[in-house]
Amino acid sequence: GVRKGDTDLDQWSGIWVFAEYRHGQIAPVAYELLGIGRQLADQRGVPLSAVLFGDQVLEHANQLIAAGADTVYVVDHPALADYREDVYGRVLEDLIRARKPEVVLAGATAIGRSVIPQVATALGAGLTADCTQLAIREEDGMLLQTRPAFGGNIMATIECPHSRPQMATVRPKVMAPAPVDPTRTGEVVEVEVPEELLQSRVEVLECVQEEGENVNIQEFEILVAGGRGLENEKGFELIQALAEELGGGVAASRAAVDAGWISYPHQVGQTGKTVCPKLYIACGISGAIQHAVGMQSADTIVAINRDEKAPIFDFATYGLVGDLFEIVPLLTEKLRETKGQ
Amino acid sequence: MNILVCIKQVPDAKDVRLDPETNTLAREGVSSIMNPFDRHALEEAVSLKERHGGEVTVLSMGPPQAEEVLREAISCGADHAVLVSDRAFAGADTWATSYTLARAIETLGNFDLILCGKQAIDGDTAQVGPGLASRLQVPYVTCVQKTRSVDDGSIVVERMMDDGYDVVRLPLPALLTVVKDINEPRVPSLKGKMKAKKARIRVLSAADIGAEEGCIGLAGSPTQVVRVFSPEPRGDRTVFSGTPEEQVEQLVAVLRSVL
Ligand SMILES: Cc1cc2nc3c(=O)[nH]c(=O)nc-3n(C[C@H](O)[C@H](O)[C@H](O)COP(=O)(O)OP(=O)(O)OC[C@H]3O[C@@H](n4cnc5c(N)ncnc54)[C@H](O)[C@@H]3O)c2cc1C
Ligand SMILES: Cc1cc2nc3c(=O)[nH]c(=O)nc-3n(C[C@H](O)[C@H](O)[C@H](O)COP(=O)(O)OP(=O)(O)OC[C@H]3O[C@@H](n4cnc5c(N)ncnc54)[C@H](O)[C@@H]3O)c2cc1C
Repeated sequence: GVRKGDTDLDQWSGIWVFAEYRHGQIAPVAYELLGIGRQLADQRGVPLSAVLFGDQVLEHANQLIAAGADTVYVVDHPALADYREDVYGRVLEDLIRARKPEVVLAGATAIGRSVIPQVATALGAGLTADCTQLAIREEDGMLLQTRPAFGGNIMATIECPHSRPQMATVRPKVMAPAPVDPTRTGEVVEVEVPEELLQSRVEVLECVQEEGENVNIQEFEILVAGGRGLENEKGFELIQALAEELGGGVAASRAAVDAGWISYPHQVGQTGKTVCPKLYIACGISGAIQHAVGMQSADTIVAINRDEKAPIFDFATYGLVGDLFEIVPLLTEKLRETKGQ
Repeated sequence: MNILVCIKQVPDAKDVRLDPETNTLAREGVSSIMNPFDRHALEEAVSLKERHGGEVTVLSMGPPQAEEVLREAISCGADHAVLVSDRAFAGADTWATSYTLARAIETLGNFDLILCGKQAIDGDTAQVGPGLASRLQVPYVTCVQKTRSVDDGSIVVERMMDDGYDVVRLPLPALLTVVKDINEPRVPSLKGKMKAKKARIRVLSAADIGAEEGCIGLAGSPTQVVRVFSPEPRGDRTVFSGTPEEQVEQLVAVLRSVL
């Protein structure tokens, strides 16, 4: 890392993407990072590289090349099978020190937000959290990193003028994923890592995947969300029916989760998930800022609320003012009818 | 078991707005609270102390008024409170904050466990916990939703992941950041409130913790906020009117292009 006073920032070149891999799969956010990473790299006239860690991951490297990476650094080792903070951190730090990229991007996921701060600290590098916009400033090639703070009440643009690499975690589902071209070619570099870096003090005893229960609402193109206005668990059946009609998933405000009508993995917002579906239908949700930050980048937002002054209407593309117990069944019915036509 | 909890004083989220004239944060009339996640970290520390013995120390970096949240922590069961406060700390990003907290912890002595909140509701970065662990060279786990067991040399916790959770064992000393699911924080007792009123808050300056000038405050921060602005409202909104049937008709008509 370079700290103030060091002037040789120019030694640092290239855009890197940390391609998160877990349970046999590259995380979707990796493709989103390659999408924005490709733009940044082209603008800077430098290569785009991906870093892939795990056990038996070599075969996945080509997917990253197809999605825009020029080079993929693969560290394939049984010690990297489970996510462990210390090992992942040391291996990534070691790679960065050796190859000096100017920018390192990772997903603002559980893993990204856990491991990257440790690496940035050790490198003396600036790290911007949970970015929703990234751009290169023409004049000096500096990375401008924009992110929401204060629960989404304000946006801040941040730069790291004196340190390298410029590091950022990027919020999932905000950047468009890279187009995939299976004929693209690139270089896969298998990196040997000294054994001592792979020694861990952390022991993963078990990985519990909460399937079914923990449906990933981030994966749906259409979400129907319910809030306190649904009044009880039965209210969610209305939402469920509408979601089924649309082939979408069910989401909720924190008030609905706290009331026990639906489980936490469905919660959207500051302390829940960030979603970016094509269509988000908010039913009986007031639109508190802590909820809005989790859904405001959806392409189309529909709000159904009986209070015309509810803040949700400030975020909505289309607003319906009235009783959801009337409107939601009507909407489900109408959609069913039109589908038949 | 000696536990240290990092506590940040934050503006109450619902009060925060930008001053449209100056485009800076309007601090007038904004009340300050203990960062909500830190309340859960404190509760976990106090309940671990009750089961395993030892003492709980709370630590905050901030202006003199941050003393308030430390007193509140004492009323909720903390034994000692330390405020690192110095004008030179102003403008610290997470890099400089983790440096400062680490120097303070090293000054205070040895702890078996260090607890942080998952994130602060103002800066929202979730970076200070892992950064602090890196500086103290202790193993860490973020987003802990449950502590399963603690014995002499190690702790077993559940770490929340995007697709479920991992069960992880790590040796002590260690650092954890916690989410809200971990516990239900207690309300201060009358006795606790009395104790808090009388408690002595130890204040440490930059010199007291031997902090290097180039590593603290704005000067020691590799990130710089160059612009703050309000998120743009959506310009394209339509609110329908009429009976529920009429509104639904209008919606279905426009949704056809979306679906
Ligand atoms: C630190 C912090 C973090 C938070 N994180 C989150 C988070 O991640 N996600 C989140 O959602 N919230 C979060 N919150 C809570 C948030 O501030 C709000 O309290 C919450 O979003 C409110 O949920 P709601 O809109 O369902 O309920 P309410 O605010 O009670 O709104 C209910 C709405 O339903 C309408 N309504 C009622 N009956 C009907 C009817 N029959 N027909 C039509 N409309 C009806 C009402 O007009 C009202 O607008 C957080 C708060 C804090 C302080
Ligand atoms: C608009 C805005 C955007 C910012 N963006 C960034 C950014 O992207 N990157 C960056 O490096 N800095 C950023 N900062 C600066 C950052 O907010 C401060 O460095 C702050 O001191 C710590 O970060 P945090 O509030 O995000 O805490 P977090 O890292 O979210 O806090 C996690 C935990 O660390 C502990 N903790 C944090 N601060 C303290 C403290 N002062 N005393 C005791 N314990 C504490 C608490 O236990 C807390 O729960 C930003 C500041 C602003 C105003």
